[in-house]
Amino acid sequence: MTITKPSEEQAAPSTPDEQREPLLRVRNLKRYYPIRKGVIARTVGHVRAVDDVSFDVYPGETLGIVGESGCGKSTTGRAIVRLETPTAGSVIFDGTDIAELSTARMRRLRTDLQMVFQDPYSSLNPQIRIGDLLAEPLIAHHRLDRSGAHAKAAEMLKIVGLPAAYLNRYPHELSGGQRQRVGIARALMLEPKLIVCDEPVSALDVSIQAQVLNLLKDLQGEFGLTYVFISHGLGAIKYISDRIVVMYLGKVMETATTAEIFARPRHPYTEILLDAYPEPNPHLRDRERIIVEGDVPDPAKPPPGCVFHTRCPYAQEICKTDVPPLTTGVHQVACHFPLAIEKLATEKAVS
Amino acid sequence: MTVTVKSDTPVETPDSVTAALGRERSSAGLVVKRFLRHRMAVAGLVIVVLMVLIAICAPLLAPHDPNRIFDSFEAAPSADHLLGTDAVGRDVLSRLIYGSRVSMSVGVGAVAVYVVIGVLLGLLAGYYGRWVDLVIMRITDVFMSFPYFMVILILVSVLGPSLLTIIAVIGVLAWPMIGRLVRGSVLSIKQSDYVQAAVTLGYSTPRILFRHILPNALSPIIVNATFGVAQAIILESGLSFLGMGVRPPAASWGNMLSEAQSITVLSSQPWIWIPPGLMILFAVLAINFVGDGLRDSMASR
Amino acid sequence: MASYLIRRLLIGIPVLLGVTVINFFIINLAPGSPADLYLSPTATPEDVARTEAELGLNQPIFVQYVRWLTQLLHGDLGVSFQNREPVAQLIGDRIGPTLLLMGTSLVVAYLIAIPIGIFAARRKNTAADYSVVGASFLGISVPHFFLGLAVIYLFALQFGWFPTGGMLTLGRGGGFVDRVEHLVLPVTVLATAIAANMVRYVRSSMIDAFGQDYIRTARAKGLGGFTITNKHALRNALIPVVTVIGVDLSALIGGAIVTEQIFQWPGIGLLTIQSIGSRDYSVLMGINLIAAIAVFAANLLTDVAYAVVDPRVAYA
Repeated sequence: MTITKPSEEQAAPSTPDEQREPLLRVRNLKRYYPIRKGVIARTVGHVRAVDDVSFDVYPGETLGIVGESGCGKSTTGRAIVRLETPTAGSVIFDGTDIAELSTARMRRLRTDLQMVFQDPYSSLNPQIRIGDLLAEPLIAHHRLDRSGAHAKAAEMLKIVGLPAAYLNRYPHELSGGQRQRVGIARALMLEPKLIVCDEPVSALDVSIQAQVLNLLKDLQGEFGLTYVFISHGLGAIKYISDRIVVMYLGKVMETATTAEIFARPRHPYTEILLDAYPEPNPHLRDRERIIVEGDVPDPAKPPPGCVFHTRCPYAQEICKTDVPPLTTGVHQVACHFPLAIEKLATEKAVS
Repeated sequence: MTVTVKSDTPVETPDSVTAALGRERSSAGLVVKRFLRHRMAVAGLVIVVLMVLIAICAPLLAPHDPNRIFDSFEAAPSADHLLGTDAVGRDVLSRLIYGSRVSMSVGVGAVAVYVVIGVLLGLLAGYYGRWVDLVIMRITDVFMSFPYFMVILILVSVLGPSLLTIIAVIGVLAWPMIGRLVRGSVLSIKQSDYVQAAVTLGYSTPRILFRHILPNALSPIIVNATFGVAQAIILESGLSFLGMGVRPPAASWGNMLSEAQSITVLSSQPWIWIPPGLMILFAVLAINFVGDGLRDSMASR
Repeated sequence: MASYLIRRLLIGIPVLLGVTVINFFIINLAPGSPADLYLSPTATPEDVARTEAELGLNQPIFVQYVRWLTQLLHGDLGVSFQNREPVAQLIGDRIGPTLLLMGTSLVVAYLIAIPIGIFAARRKNTAADYSVVGASFLGISVPHFFLGLAVIYLFALQFGWFPTGGMLTLGRGGGFVDRVEHLVLPVTVLATAIAANMVRYVRSSMIDAFGQDYIRTARAKGLGGFTITNKHALRNALIPVVTVIGVDLSALIGGAIVTEQIFQWPGIGLLTIQSIGSRDYSVLMGINLIAAIAVFAANLLTDVAYAVVDPRVAYA
C-alpha cells in the first residue's frame, strides 16, 4: 500500500498528514437511544444509533461519511456539533472535548463549528428575510453592529453566487438550490473552522447538486475550511471527499483515502456499496454483480460479532461471535477477513 | 473580505419555488387577502372597530353623565333619554356607551395577561422538556380541572369584586389552553432544522425562543386569543350580572342587565335590559366571527 | 393500552393533590377569620382567639391543610359556617336538581345537534348550511343570562306558557307534567349553548368523514346516501364528538350556575350563589372541590376515550 506524499499533490490538504494535528478527533463515540416501555417507562433496551465510532479530521480536508440511511452517519454529524449529546466517548475539537463543555462555553465554541442542513426548505426560518438571516449570527455574537452585519451579509450573498436583491426576500421566494446557498452562506458568516455538511445536496435536483458541490469546493479553497461531508450518495462523496469513512449499523467499517476506497476496498460492505454505484465508464460495466441478501438488521438488536455478518457473502463462524476491531493506520478496516488487495486489482486487469 | 468565487456557479430560476410554498406559514399578505374574502369576519371586524371607537370616545358620544341621577326614574324612551332611564334615574344610553369601556378593557386586559402567562409557560415546557415540561403540564392539568366560571366567581368574591380583580383573576386562571397550544407548537417547531440551525449558530435561548420559535407559533395563539376576548366579555358580564363584577354606580352591560332580575323591570321596562343584552350579544358575535375568519385565513392546510 | 391507563391514573394523583392545594389556598385568601362567622359582632378578641383555637385556625397553614385533607379523605367536607350543617349533606341535597338540569340539557342538545349537524354537512355550502352555521354562532355568542331573561320575558311573562322559575309549583304536588313545565325554559337556555357548539363539531367531522376514501368507496359500490350516512360516516364522525363532552363539562357547570340563578333552580349553582352571598367559605370550598373532581374525571375519561379510539395516543 502506497501513500501519496503531500508534495506530490497539488492541493496540500487533500491528503492526511500524520505529522499534523487533527482538527477534530472523534473517539469511541456512542449515541444510544433508550427504548422505554411499561407503566414507569422503564428502559428495556437501546437503539445503538452510533456505536463506538472513531476517526480524525485534519485541517483543510474533506472527510466523507457514507452509508445507508440509518447507519448513524447523521447522528455522528449531529454529535460533532453537539445537537446530540453523546452517550459515551469524546469529540475533541481543536483540543477541547465538546462532549463535556457547559452550555455557555459550548455556545462560544459553536462559532468555529457550523452545520449545513439537508433540507434547504426547513433549515431557513420562513419568517425572516435572507438579509436578517445572514446578519443575525454576527449581531447575536456581538461581532458587528446592525449595519456592519448587513453589509457583510450582502458580501457573503455575493460570494455564494446570489444577487444582492435577494437580501430582502423571504426564504419561500427562493428555489431549493438558492436556499441551500443561503444555508451555506449563513454557516460561513461566523468564519468557522469546521463545517459539518449533513446531506447538503440530497434534497436538491440532480442538475443543481453539482453547482452546490462546486460552490462548497470553491469556498473550501478560499476560506481554508474543513468539511465533514455526510451523504448516502457515493457520487457526491467521491467528488468532494479527500478521505472516506464507511459506516454500517452505527459502526465504522472502513476508513481510507477516496482513491483507496474506490480502487481497493478492503471491507466486503464497502465492496457491495461500490458495486451498487453505477460505473460511469461503460467499458468497466460488465463486472460480476454481488448479490446482497437480507435487510439491514434492527439497530435495537444488532447481531452479535461483526454487525455485517448477516449479509456478508464471506462470513465465517468467527464473524458471528467476535467483533472485528478497526485496524490502525491510514487504511483502516474492521473485518476478520479483509479483501485481499490483489483480488480486485486482478479482476480489474482481467476485464 | 473580498473573496469572489471563481467557478461560474449559475443561479437557477426560482420557478420551482412556488410549488413548495405549502410548507410555510402563509405570509401576512395572504392572510389579509383570505380574511377579506370572509364576509362575516369583515363585518365582525367593522363592528369591533366601531365598539372600540365608542369605548374610547365615550365622553364625546354619551348624551349625559352616566352616573347623573335624573328626576324621572324608570322613564320610557323619550327625546331627552333615547333609551329611557333606569331604576335610579340614570340615562340608559349613556350608561350603555360607558359600559363598552368595561367590556373592551376586560376583553383586552384579561386576554393580554393570560396570553403572556400561557406563552411563557408553554415555551418553557415545550423547549426544555423533561421535568420542566412535566411540572408545567401537571400545573396545567390542575388549572384545567377547575370549572373556570365557578372558580372565577369564588375567587372574585373572595378578593372583592372590581374591574381589576376580574382582569387579574381571568388572566391568572385562563392561561392553560394557550399554554398547551404553545407547548404543542414548540414541540414540533423545535425539531425543525431552522431551530437546530439556530442552536448550532450559538444563539442564546431567549433569542431562539422569541425570534425563531414564537413567531412561527403565532397563528393558533392569535386565533385562540380572539375567541378568548369574546369569552372574557361574557365572563365579565356574567359576573357583573350576578353582582360579583363591576358594581354600580360604575356602568357595565352585565350589571345593567341584573336589574332585569326584578319581574317588573323584565316585563314592563324592556328598554333597561334589552339594549345591554344586545350589546353583549353583538360584541361577542362580532369577535367570534373575526376569530373564525382568522382561523380560516391562517390555517396552513 | 393497560399500561397507558395505569400511567394516566398515576399522573392524576399529583394533579388531584394540586386541586386540593389550590382550592384550600383560594379559600384562605378570604379576608377576616372564619371564626368571626361563629361569633356575634360583639365578641371580644379573647373570644375570637378561643374560637380560633377550637377550630384549629391558629395553627400553621400547612398543618391546617393536612388536617383538612385528612378529613377529606374520610369523606368529611366540614360543616357550613352559616348553619353548621355538614357540607356534604348540603351538596347532596342540591346535586339532584343540578344533575337533572345538566343531564336533560345534554340529551336535548345532542338530539338537536346531531341531526342538524348531519343535515348541514350533507348540504355543505348551501343556504341551509349557512343558516345552521350562523345560528350556531348566535348560540355560542349569546350569554346564558340574556337568553334566560329573554325566554322568561317571552314564554313566561308574555305568553304565559311556562313558569318563570323554580322546580315545581308549591301546592300542586309537583306531578310529572308540572316538573317538565318547570324544566323547559332552563333546559332551553343551557342546551342552546351546548347544541350550538356541538352542531359545529358534528358538521365538520361529518364533512371530514364524507371526504374519506372509505365513504367514496361505499358510494362507488352503489350504496345510497342514507346507508352511507348512518353505517359508514356517522360512526366515525361521532367519535370526536363524544369525546368533546369532557372538555365541555367545565362550561356546562358555568352555564348551570347562571341558569340556576335566573330560574331559581334549587341546585348546586344556586347554592354557590347563596354561599357567596353569605360568605360561607366552607361550603364554597366543598362545592369547588367536588366540581373540580368531576371536571378532572371528565378530562381523564376524555383522554382515555381518545386513546381507545386512536391507539396511537397511548404510545405518544
